[in-house]
Amino acid sequence: MSRAFDILVVGAGPAGIAAAVTAAECGLSVGVVDDNPAPGGQIWRNGAHLPASARRWKMRFEAAPLVRLQGWRIVDRPQPGTVRAQSNDAEFAPDAAARDGADLHYRQLILATGARERFLPFPGWTLPNVIGAGGLDAMVRGGLPIAGRRVVVAGTGPLLLAVAAHLASRGATIAAICEQASAAQIAPLMLNLITQPGKLWQGASYRWATRNSRYLTRCWPVAARGDERLRSVILQRDGKQWTVNCDFLACGFHLVPNTELAALLGCSLDNGFVSAGELMQTSVPGIWCAGEPTGIGGVELSLLEGQIAGLAAAGKTQAAQKLARRRRGALSFVRALGRACRLDSQLRHLAAPETIVCRCEDVPLHALRVHTGWRDAKLHTRCGMGPCQGRICGGATEFLFGWRAGSVRPPLFPALVSTLGGTQAPVVTTSPEETL
Amino acid sequence: MAEPESIALTVDEIVVRVSPGTTVAAAALIAGSHTRLSIAGEPRAPLCGMGICFECRVAINGVPHQRSCQILCAPGMRVTTGRELAIR
Repeated sequence: MSRAFDILVVGAGPAGIAAAVTAAECGLSVGVVDDNPAPGGQIWRNGAHLPASARRWKMRFEAAPLVRLQGWRIVDRPQPGTVRAQSNDAEFAPDAAARDGADLHYRQLILATGARERFLPFPGWTLPNVIGAGGLDAMVRGGLPIAGRRVVVAGTGPLLLAVAAHLASRGATIAAICEQASAAQIAPLMLNLITQPGKLWQGASYRWATRNSRYLTRCWPVAARGDERLRSVILQRDGKQWTVNCDFLACGFHLVPNTELAALLGCSLDNGFVSAGELMQTSVPGIWCAGEPTGIGGVELSLLEGQIAGLAAAGKTQAAQKLARRRRGALSFVRALGRACRLDSQLRHLAAPETIVCRCEDVPLHALRVHTGWRDAKLHTRCGMGPCQGRICGGATEFLFGWRAGSVRPPLFPALVSTLGGTQAPVVTTSPEETL
Repeated sequence: MAEPESIALTVDEIVVRVSPGTTVAAAALIAGSHTRLSIAGEPRAPLCGMGICFECRVAINGVPHQRSCQILCAPGMRVTTGRELAIR
């Protein structure tokens, strides 16, 4: 299959939805590729408890004249102006054509690829039911029953309270919420939020929903114990350790931007984030970036950036500039959030020598320590060479050793040879109102 | 017990009934299984929940290495986890 669009949007979280809706409403042909089963990204994943603004944006997205490739992911960039995608069910779908993938041609490309959680290794973190904070939330929204289960929520960032509140509303017992930062470290973020009472109110309502659970700052898990699955967690605070029995440890240390596609396309990165100008333009002409890949700033900023990118890519520069002025004021939140989530250096010492760091290839800490950098470690230990391509261990080794992952090469994700071989199908110029 | 519109699939030959919209990863955990086995043979289960970490890999209809957290259950689907097969 081969399709051509004026504007192609990658990702259907808040930034991608805002970009696609905005661009489509300018009358251009717009395609959206998203690798989840349904639009909404991680934060607006299906299930109850979505705020009214999320429901409104999702309705606009459903109503807009877009070509949706939902449940597809981009695996390659065969030539400038074209990306190649494969559907998640291509390998077991009865339809043989699905195995050929799709070549998507664009004039303008908007990257809204979101972020993933940062995971840090500690003894027992590979046990089943030790899972990301957002990870457990996603599983529950994907049908995992949680009522009556005991959950420890740990890590850092505003996501912890949001996840705990959601799980509690589904009947989970939240045994503890452990935030690695100190109260003093978080306080400036609260001050920053005084200008955004909506966010403060939301935080307060999350804490109210979890009022029966302990919220501990400067607290983190030092080990997970279990057999074929997690049974208990050892928590530490101020040098004191204690054991908490639980069914799940939902643990994430803030977010890492998904920049692999941007890097493959040649977009400049700055300190791990995609460099974007005030109209969300990247260093590559015709490629724009919105949302978390440009800086972790949450839903409202992502929506704003998505709209700016959508307008700018559609050539509505003045309208985009108007919104860009609003964005400038919101950027202080990104910096305040980053400082509030800065990781305590003691977390570098959680992993024991034999603790696995690269989960794909079972590479333990002691095998990595002797190496001087990411590339050196990769070549000697296979760290980061498994199917996740370092997306999980890279976030850990960045914090543990200061290593930054090197160049990105295709395929971005494991893909069928028939997909990578390319499609011979004629290019179809899209008409609106289609869903693939 | 089963909702009228529930979906029936098998996980390691155990019949599981789930509501529409349930991911294969959730079905595997509902069936009491983990997802894959590590290189050293340890059980692993979903970590990221969003298609990044590849810990949720299972075989679907005999095809290995499918990311179960991003695939929805379908009627008659045959899911095989690391409990049944050594999938790496």
